[in-house]
Amino acid sequence: MQLDEFFVTGEPLIYAGMVAIAVVSAAIVFLLTYFKKWKWLWQEWLTTVDHKKIGVMYILVALAMIFRAGVDALMMRLQLAFPDMNFLNSQHYNEVFTTHGTIMIFFVAMPFLIGLMNVVVPLQIGARDFAFPYVNALSFWSLFFGAMLFNISFVIGGAPDTGWTNYAPQAGAVLNPGPGINFYLLGLQLSGIGTLATGINLMVTILRMRAPGITLFKMPIFSWSTLITSFIIVFAFPILTVALALMTVDRIFGSHFFTLAGEGLPMMWANLFWLWGHPEVYIVILPAFGIFSEIIATFARKQLFGYKTMVWAIILIAGLSFVVWVHHFFTMGAGAFVNSIFSITTMAIAVPTGVKIFNWLATLYKSKIIFPVPMLWSLAFIPSFTIGGVTGVMLGMAAADYQYHNTYFLVSHFHYVLIPGTVFASFAGLVFWYPKLFGHKLNEKIGKWAFWLFLIGFHVCFFPQYFLGLDGMARRVFTVGPEWFTLNFISTVGAFTMGLGFMVFVFGVIYSFRYSTRDLPGDDWQYGRTLEWATPTPVPKYNFATLPENVRTHDTLIDMKEDGETTFDEKKLESIHMPSYTGQPFIMMAILFFASFALVFEWITLAVIGLIATIVMMFIRSFDYDEGYHIEVDELRENERRARGLDDDRE
Amino acid sequence: MAKNNKNYPINHIVGFALSIILTIVAAWTALSSGLPTMWIIIAIMVLAVIQAGIQLFMFMHITESGATNAPWNMIIHSAVIASIVIAGSLFTMSFGFTHDHGGGDHEGGSAPGEEEQQDTEHDGHEGH
Repeated sequence: MQLDEFFVTGEPLIYAGMVAIAVVSAAIVFLLTYFKKWKWLWQEWLTTVDHKKIGVMYILVALAMIFRAGVDALMMRLQLAFPDMNFLNSQHYNEVFTTHGTIMIFFVAMPFLIGLMNVVVPLQIGARDFAFPYVNALSFWSLFFGAMLFNISFVIGGAPDTGWTNYAPQAGAVLNPGPGINFYLLGLQLSGIGTLATGINLMVTILRMRAPGITLFKMPIFSWSTLITSFIIVFAFPILTVALALMTVDRIFGSHFFTLAGEGLPMMWANLFWLWGHPEVYIVILPAFGIFSEIIATFARKQLFGYKTMVWAIILIAGLSFVVWVHHFFTMGAGAFVNSIFSITTMAIAVPTGVKIFNWLATLYKSKIIFPVPMLWSLAFIPSFTIGGVTGVMLGMAAADYQYHNTYFLVSHFHYVLIPGTVFASFAGLVFWYPKLFGHKLNEKIGKWAFWLFLIGFHVCFFPQYFLGLDGMARRVFTVGPEWFTLNFISTVGAFTMGLGFMVFVFGVIYSFRYSTRDLPGDDWQYGRTLEWATPTPVPKYNFATLPENVRTHDTLIDMKEDGETTFDEKKLESIHMPSYTGQPFIMMAILFFASFALVFEWITLAVIGLIATIVMMFIRSFDYDEGYHIEVDELRENERRARGLDDDRE
Repeated sequence: MAKNNKNYPINHIVGFALSIILTIVAAWTALSSGLPTMWIIIAIMVLAVIQAGIQLFMFMHITESGATNAPWNMIIHSAVIASIVIAGSLFTMSFGFTHDHGGGDHEGGSAPGEEEQQDTEHDGHEGH
């Protein structure tokens, strides 16, 4: 293989990307060496099995990926800003919208939410870690290496270019030779291992490791939404795994599952993809609903309205999410009867979602609302998401969908649900739980600037796109005609405003790291309702020195405050069993990364060597008798007293 | 752990070996047994049922009763999802996508082209 077949050549933008990657990598290596941090990196982060640190790493990956996919978005908006722009050519534009969509869903939305779940869920249910800390580390590294494999495609081998839906036969070996689509298939397969493992891990953690007294219906709503989400993950992700594997076999070994030739069924890809894809939509939205519920109840300073209906609404949405997938391809031609059925199930989903919206409004009704940054994101979510929801019902009408299908109306709709839903929730949750993650708060003033810029930018960017869609502008076109100029230009302005908002947010992170006060009480916002705020800030390794006893409602901390109880009862201290850190998950996934990379280029021998090495790693793990270690009572007492300022000074 | 699994390693190794053997038999049936297609499909399905049984009894602790009824819960949920996937796919994909480009022997099929034939044979829907 020639070097110019291996690296992508001939695109100035991609050369710039290569230079940027080289410079950033060199800078990281230099900084780690200069500050002698290599050992620290390995011992504190790469080998960690602590759910809080793994959560932080998930969120860091998500933020890095937002940046990458955000730049993709800005490049697209720049190309569409003026008629007949010549910034990206059609092939490059195809690659950019593909990577934008894929990264935003798989490597931004998923890790951001899973990162928050990692940190928060064990704290909310009174657990000291995940049920399987080792597997949790494995999941993270699988996501990390999956993301890296997908991301290097634009400098090595060429990026996938068939959209994030990767429809056959366009994505098949005949119409799309070369490694591009293989990067998509194997990058997602690699990170999918981790997602599935996390789903099982969270499910077991929530079902089996709740503190005594926290029954399922006394669990905070975010933990509830996480439990349901992990059920959807466990049931939906295998479908994607199988579909990706079938297409990989199609492309690399010449089978005919999705090909046009040899009795293949290309449409079956669309069917399987959306059988997973629609539940996936709810995998990224249900945790967001959970986050908003927590934040709205906290800053409305009132118990969440209709807790039980909220839970049942989530369960109902999760059930319905498995029976609506055909609405993504009404125009495939399945006929009026099939389309009508899925049209009805689709509209049925609006009912439990509407229940949730009204519950949030009822929580806010006659409450004394305060407006810190997480609450701003949550309040902005309600009307923005409702616009997305209503246009979703419009798209859900099969007959009308023939007009909207594959236009900017659709593009605008799913950005209107994913951004106010998932992205706002991610920011809101990050700001809300930031003290629990990093031991200090984010600057409120900068946070508000970031919020307003992002919110206004979002509406300016996407609202015009509804009208572009109604005017007939198709999705995924790479140039626009003069009749669509004005609205497109407005949209581009909005996109750059969002980008600015994100930069301000990042600036806020750096500013707060340097200047925010580190001396925080455990209940950092003063209005905490659930158990995570009962821990000291920063959260100790073992989370809880002792567990609460009298849990009466899902607002565990409120009960504890009334009883004068804390999670540090000196009389009840016992030594705590902790898992040892290990480098195995990192090494195992690095090997799988190598194997997947070899398979992308169809170097079968190297791939087989990588797979054998992975099995060897599994073997080593099977005979690993490390039992972990104990934190003794004296150390616990000393640590908790220091963290709580000698005596518990919470009011 | 050790006390409720008396025959811990043997059971697992036997189960593992059986799974691999069944997989090889299935692959052989499909690739080089030379049976008629219908019999291949039946054979694979029978093998799949045996395989699932082995998984349930040898690895999935189906005979154990624990603190929760989670295994049965999960089995029922999985069965529901699996039937949605299979029945749903059949329902959705049975719109007459065929490989014969006109004049084949598929039922009702005289529609030309592949995706263009869409609804014509079922309900006369006009839209594209």
